[in-house]
Amino acid sequence: MLAFNFFGATEGGLFDINATLPLMAIQVVALTYILNSLFFKPVGNVVEKREKFVSNNIIEAKNKLSEVKKLEADLLTQLQSARTEAQRIVSEAENESDKLYKEALELANNEANASKEKARLEIESQTSAARDQLSKQADDLSELIVNRLILEK
Amino acid sequence: MLTNFAALEVGQHLYWQIGNIRLHGQVFLTSWILLGALLVFISLGTKKMENDPKGLQNLLEFLWDYIRDLARTQIGEKVYRDWMPFIGTLFLFVFISNWGGALIPWRLIKLPSGELGAPTADINTTIALALLVSLSYFYAGLSNKGWRYFEYYVHPTPIMLPFKILEDFTKPLSLSFRLFGNILADELVVGVLVFLVPLILPIPVMFLGLFTSAIQALIFATLAAYYIGEAVEEHH
Repeated sequence: MLAFNFFGATEGGLFDINATLPLMAIQVVALTYILNSLFFKPVGNVVEKREKFVSNNIIEAKNKLSEVKKLEADLLTQLQSARTEAQRIVSEAENESDKLYKEALELANNEANASKEKARLEIESQTSAARDQLSKQADDLSELIVNRLILEK
Repeated sequence: MLTNFAALEVGQHLYWQIGNIRLHGQVFLTSWILLGALLVFISLGTKKMENDPKGLQNLLEFLWDYIRDLARTQIGEKVYRDWMPFIGTLFLFVFISNWGGALIPWRLIKLPSGELGAPTADINTTIALALLVSLSYFYAGLSNKGWRYFEYYVHPTPIMLPFKILEDFTKPLSLSFRLFGNILADELVVGVLVFLVPLILPIPVMFLGLFTSAIQALIFATLAAYYIGEAVEEHH
């Protein structure tokens, strides 16, 4: 019974190929164009626009990130150089103050020495002057004593 | 009992006579209903396209992405854009034909002769699709590489020539008969089972049929894309 229906009938059957074939082909080609304009193009535009938007944003973010990193590195080097500069200035100032201190100390020492020396010299000269005077008075006194003794005789 | 198999009406058609040509009316009727539904679905989904997809648009974008991946992996980055609508149309047409044939209870609509069913269960439809695929890959090869396309026939050695020529015939043959056979067999099995055991038993077979239908659509579209990809591929 089945076999009869498969192939037997002059009209119909499973493998009855007729004008349905080319018309179906034309219909599918037409469908391709319709779907292209209704579905593939508009959806593709939206999806690809979004994909481009996302990838652009990612690229932009990456650029910004690298810029931030560069700025960070820049600031770090600036900070570093500022730090060394500060250190340098501090040590320079320390050296200078040390030098000034030493200079002042030396000056004061010299002055003290000089005034000490001067005082010593003065003392010496006064001592010698006093001694001279003393010896002169002694001479005078001895002379006086001698004169008197002579006179009494 | 056997006489009742005739009730399945295998190989019966609703003939339309236009002038000299005869058409299988049931194939066109079901395909128009299904394509109409598809077009309505697509126009609803693309009516208000937003950058932030919602609802139907989301589904259509998923579908689009799926088809793009299919076309891109098989055809290659260079020319897949040209062929994506064709591959997608084949996939959608075969898919809705198969599923429409399996899901919609066409049997409830009585025709004077034959019965409504999946358009892909008719050999005319599948041969039409397969021949379109053949034309497409020839066109793709010739338009992309010119006469160098025929290098493919002697690649990698001229010994391959008869086999490659044979392939041009076996490709549409296997494409059309695979689809036709699978969908028709599915319809017949479900029909026979429903006829013999109307309750419960046909349901797993119906699910299997849905699975087969989807797989067949994927296979058809993938093979079509693969053939086109093979034709545009550059040999070195």
